[in-house]
Amino acid sequence: MSTPTTPLWEVFIRSRTGLAHKHVGSLHAADATLAVQAARDLYTRRGEGTSVWVVPSSAITASDPADKGMMFDPADSKVYRHPTFYEVPDDVGHM
Amino acid sequence: MYAQSLNQQVEGTTGPEDAEAAARFQARIDAEERIEPNDWMPAAYRRTLVRQISQHAHSEIVGMLPEGNWITRAPSLRRKAALIAKVQDECGHGMYLYAAAETLGVTREQLVDELLAGKAKYSSIFNYPTLTWADIGAIGWLVDGAAIMNQIPLCRCSYGPYSRAMIRVCKEESFHQRQGYEIMLTLARGTAAQKAMAQDALNRWWWPCLMMFGPPDAQSQHSDTSTRWKIKRFSNDALRQKFVDATVPQAHFLGLTLPDPALRFNEATSHWEFGEIDWSEFKQVLAGNGPCNRDRMAARRAAHANGEWVRDAALAYAAKERARAAAAAGAA
Repeated sequence: MSTPTTPLWEVFIRSRTGLAHKHVGSLHAADATLAVQAARDLYTRRGEGTSVWVVPSSAITASDPADKGMMFDPADSKVYRHPTFYEVPDDVGHM
Repeated sequence: MYAQSLNQQVEGTTGPEDAEAAARFQARIDAEERIEPNDWMPAAYRRTLVRQISQHAHSEIVGMLPEGNWITRAPSLRRKAALIAKVQDECGHGMYLYAAAETLGVTREQLVDELLAGKAKYSSIFNYPTLTWADIGAIGWLVDGAAIMNQIPLCRCSYGPYSRAMIRVCKEESFHQRQGYEIMLTLARGTAAQKAMAQDALNRWWWPCLMMFGPPDAQSQHSDTSTRWKIKRFSNDALRQKFVDATVPQAHFLGLTLPDPALRFNEATSHWEFGEIDWSEFKQVLAGNGPCNRDRMAARRAAHANGEWVRDAALAYAAKERARAAAAAGAA
């Protein structure tokens, strides 16, 4: 009864001109054309988007959660990368 | 974005390291962190979620059948357009939920096969027939109302993909309940025959809707661990009470009577107390002996079989296009 698996796609939608495409979910489709059509039907039934991207899920390379510390912890100790680290007297006004 | 290749690594190992990992996992849950597909999780957490999310997805898909039954007979274009949109939504909700289940390392095909083989459950409510147009009103108002009660807490479920799917579902679902109530209100304010039709639908759907929240807390088999894992935030009985409290005044506004002689408002607790639920009926429907179980499964199997050539053709065409592109690249 088992059938061949249909490829998985990740769907990205631009909600308005000027905004970035944002990941909204995934779907199955045989090819890219059908994936775009299915994404339209599945994720934009209420005017959620003005543009759709579909990407084969297999084409995505993700960071491994096991490497989370190595990857992202170094940023934690670098508070000097944020504007609030620097003191500017109130008299200077907004900067 | 769910790179599923990473999902398989942790299953089947037990040992001191697992106990440590389980403790870390529970600490993350307790701290209200969301668990994502590639994070370590206990095998039982994964199994529980696959079962619950896929049952939820199957319910959305089977749930299209009782309402789809009335699309061609909707009394006006306005009602028909709304009903089609609602049934499309149910399909969409099924798709979001299947996708969330798949992040746990099962395939869509496995899940669909389990439903069609009769191995997977879906909500018992969809095994009741839609005999009149008023049933479409009652389903939107009561069945979707009960579903929303259940689903809103799931927006805060500990598993990220499930909670995100539920946020989307809940956003879309709110129109469903309102359109159902509007149908009931129109009938209740209509002719005597229309009002009687609305009352009859309420009489038939009320008790099955109360059963939708599942067995009483004392008998619920999955509640304890699901609560600890923050998959479940409120008990079956608490949600059922919430639904009754919200719905009884709505029924009174319609001028309809709830089919429960024991129903009474308790001033002290500010809750509506209701009569005994016939759990033997619930068990019978779950066991496959509801009024429409066989019809529903037959309809799903037929839809799957009738769509097979489309799926095959789409995959064959994609394969052919890939081969053509490869040949063209080779020739160039």
